[in-house]
Amino acid sequence: MEYEAVIGLEVHLHLETKSKAFCGCATEFGKDANAQVCPVCLGFPGSLPVLNKIALDYAIKVALALNCQVQEYTRFDRKHYYYPDLPKNYQISQYDLPLSRNGFLDIDIDGKTKRIGITRAHLEEDAGKLIHKENTTLVDFNRAGIPLLEIVSDPDINSPQEAYAYLTSLKSLIEYLDVSDCDMEKGSLRCDANISLRPKGAKELGTKAELKNMNSFKAVRDALAFEIRRQTEILDAGEKIIQETRLWDEKSQETFSMRSKEEAKDYRYFPEPDLPPFMIKEEKIAEIQDTIGELPKEKMQRFIKDYGLSQYDAKILVGNKSDAAYAETCLRGYPQKDKKAVANWLVGPIAAIASDNAVSISGLGILPKDVLELIAFVENGKISHLAGKSVLAEMAKTHKSPAQIISAQNLVQISDEASLEEDVNLVIQENPKVVQDYKTGKESSIMFLVGQVMKKTQGKANPKVVQEILKRILKDSSL
Amino acid sequence: MELYQLTAHELLDKIKNGEASAQNIADSLAKRIKDKDSKVKAYVRLSEHRTPNTEHRTNGIPVSIKDNICTEGYNTECCSKILAGFKPPYDATVIRKLKAAGMAILPLKTNMDEFAFGSSTENSCFGPTHNPWDLECVPGGSSGGSAAAVAADEAIWALGSDTGGSIRQPAAFCGVVGMKPTYGRVSRYGLIAFASSLDQIGPLTKDVRDCALLMNMICGYEPKDATCVNAVVPDYTQALANDIKGIKIGIPKEYFIEGIEPEVKKIIEEAIAKLKDLGAEAKPVSLPHTRYAVPVYYIIATAEASSNLARFDGVQYGWRSKEKAQNLIEMYKNTRGEAFGEEAKRRILLGTFALSHGYYDAYYLRALKVRTLIKEDFDRAFGECDCIVTPTSPTAAFKIGEKTDDPLKMYLSDIYTISVNLAGIPGISVPCGFTKKGLPVGLQVLAKPFAEETLFKVAHTYEQNTEWHKVKAKI
Repeated sequence: MEYEAVIGLEVHLHLETKSKAFCGCATEFGKDANAQVCPVCLGFPGSLPVLNKIALDYAIKVALALNCQVQEYTRFDRKHYYYPDLPKNYQISQYDLPLSRNGFLDIDIDGKTKRIGITRAHLEEDAGKLIHKENTTLVDFNRAGIPLLEIVSDPDINSPQEAYAYLTSLKSLIEYLDVSDCDMEKGSLRCDANISLRPKGAKELGTKAELKNMNSFKAVRDALAFEIRRQTEILDAGEKIIQETRLWDEKSQETFSMRSKEEAKDYRYFPEPDLPPFMIKEEKIAEIQDTIGELPKEKMQRFIKDYGLSQYDAKILVGNKSDAAYAETCLRGYPQKDKKAVANWLVGPIAAIASDNAVSISGLGILPKDVLELIAFVENGKISHLAGKSVLAEMAKTHKSPAQIISAQNLVQISDEASLEEDVNLVIQENPKVVQDYKTGKESSIMFLVGQVMKKTQGKANPKVVQEILKRILKDSSL
Repeated sequence: MELYQLTAHELLDKIKNGEASAQNIADSLAKRIKDKDSKVKAYVRLSEHRTPNTEHRTNGIPVSIKDNICTEGYNTECCSKILAGFKPPYDATVIRKLKAAGMAILPLKTNMDEFAFGSSTENSCFGPTHNPWDLECVPGGSSGGSAAAVAADEAIWALGSDTGGSIRQPAAFCGVVGMKPTYGRVSRYGLIAFASSLDQIGPLTKDVRDCALLMNMICGYEPKDATCVNAVVPDYTQALANDIKGIKIGIPKEYFIEGIEPEVKKIIEEAIAKLKDLGAEAKPVSLPHTRYAVPVYYIIATAEASSNLARFDGVQYGWRSKEKAQNLIEMYKNTRGEAFGEEAKRRILLGTFALSHGYYDAYYLRALKVRTLIKEDFDRAFGECDCIVTPTSPTAAFKIGEKTDDPLKMYLSDIYTISVNLAGIPGISVPCGFTKKGLPVGLQVLAKPFAEETLFKVAHTYEQNTEWHKVKAKI
């Protein structure tokens, strides 16, 4: 039986405001336990929440970028459950009047664009963190009260790959807004998944499982793939899927059922009486829309149109906001109309070195003007392309300019025919058989000879010139 | 005359004239408390303070504070076992404001029904307070301790909280003045919440002038409470006129049908007649949804209370059960089971039920809608009159233990005060007579939102033209 997977993703995004959602505590990462707390986020008796307006602004910004309808009237609700990391034993969240709904995110999958619907995006506060020791559990409330945006997708995702694409597109888009660093490792982006299977072509949804504890985009993809296999086995055997929450275990690469819990948790939602409802006016929405600026998709189109880049190259370069700005500076500074050369360097050798150093291309510390200087040297023949790559590596390490490195290392390409002839003649003498091959018609043998000259000159010879010299000499000679 | 017998405004004059110092006042009060509190039991945890606040660093009059208002460094326990030992690390806004105005805060807190759940102060984990007018009677609740302390001159003036009548009803039972400000007039930051959309902090005082002085100090916008309204606070002492000629007072017909004790009814009618003598015009008004007020209140208030009390779980502060628990849920159950009193449990259960899946629409949501209708009743009535006058309570103080076996009977005694919180309007209770048994009766005056000045005008005029406020309880 062929099944179709129906997947919905719930992303919790930490909004990078300076203070928490409902109090003035700082939100810096990595501080000592319980150093950033106050009676409000600790839920002390008598404390009251007050909304951080910037958190609302940031939430609206993301909602707009996701093409959602921002609601004119919105309010908070209390969501009740008991747990030690939830100081009030209720979370201030939004239930039936969330600040935004009905948006979408387009993803590229298998060369085609697919639209994933966004059901809603709403604001809520985060809980603290539990730290389990041998015989005790400690609670750190630094994270309690931090503003989160919960983004719920429609169940439009149909494969683990699509889920992965959704998450990377979401991260790429939101990074552009400067409201969150979307880092799953740091915990500023968390993702839960709902997945069910149904016979291909069926309309009714199957029973879903909720997956939690995935700590990377890859884990989400792998967990979903595992679930598809698990659920397929069960359904093929004619059995029923149990609606439950399952945890992903990275080590064993499997999902496990959480201890059996009651069917549906009754959160007893009711409107938060300590916070009056909010009216979001048109002017406010327009004001925030103005702060959004160019998003990745538009930038990509512009790179293709204005700089003649390929879609492939453009897509890579806009993936990250600071990289895109860096790339644009390089592209603009390049004197020729055809910017392909710049794109090649950025997407090729520069990206490779960045990857080796676990940073993005803008994070290497190489100035755009130095990149352009390097490209110019290679194009002018001052150094060979090969030498160019090693100069680049040196630039990344020492942050010196290409000119400084080239003169210090004496890498200037030898293009002077007279000085090269000596080495060329030596190579011809040392390789009679290859020379013979060339003369009897094997054109490609000349490349071996070029290679030998490069070796002799420590890569400094200009290969084009060497090839020409060889051709000239071998044509003339009567060896 | 002893200093403790005087009103705050009289004492402030004495301080100004150099006739007495703040230290003298504190000492006088301490002596009175030592003398009478073993009988009245207005204060709690007395044994923890050898002598109350004898070190006086301010020039001001000590204010007595109900046990649900946070005072930094002093125990604030809502008279509940679950907050045993809790010392807030911060002052409630009203405390901060009082201190800024130069007042002293008595570290002794006044008794109350646990978490303000009650109308008699019998639900306190420390035992009931006794009405100074008849020690076998309740002082009313939930601010019974504050009311009794003021009535017994064990306090110069006090703060209480009012969610369904908890300032006004004990004020009536104890023959003192009690006011619930408009919802949003006084910051709730630091008031340990019972029902967030109904709670307000307010004064309990020996006369109307003291009430105005205390209101001047505690009212006003404060950003830590998002439900606090940013509106100018007038000088309420300016409203203490002695003239109500032409004021239209509305008499709601629904408040005078069944349930009100004949003696109380007669005393209230005489008070209304007095107001007419003083120049007011009385006219009947109708508040047709009055009979829904008690059920609506007990759904909304208990729902909000069940939520506000969820945080008391033994994890961070207060009581944690010493029983060996097998898991987290057991620890929660043991802690809350052991440390919440019966009425607290009852209300938490009711509130949880009202919010639960499948019942939310029928109970909570519906109650919210009827609440709007109750508020609209008042809006309409205030279109026809300047203020509304009612009895504060259908009875005078009842005997300790008389209503404790029937919670519903207890709930119904809030009938005249409860709608006021639902509508968010301000109300004051002033003494207006005594029953044959010598128990005080209170007259309630209501006004539209932020019209406390009308209340002061009417209450002050009535008070200055009667002698009730001069009669003291003999303990």
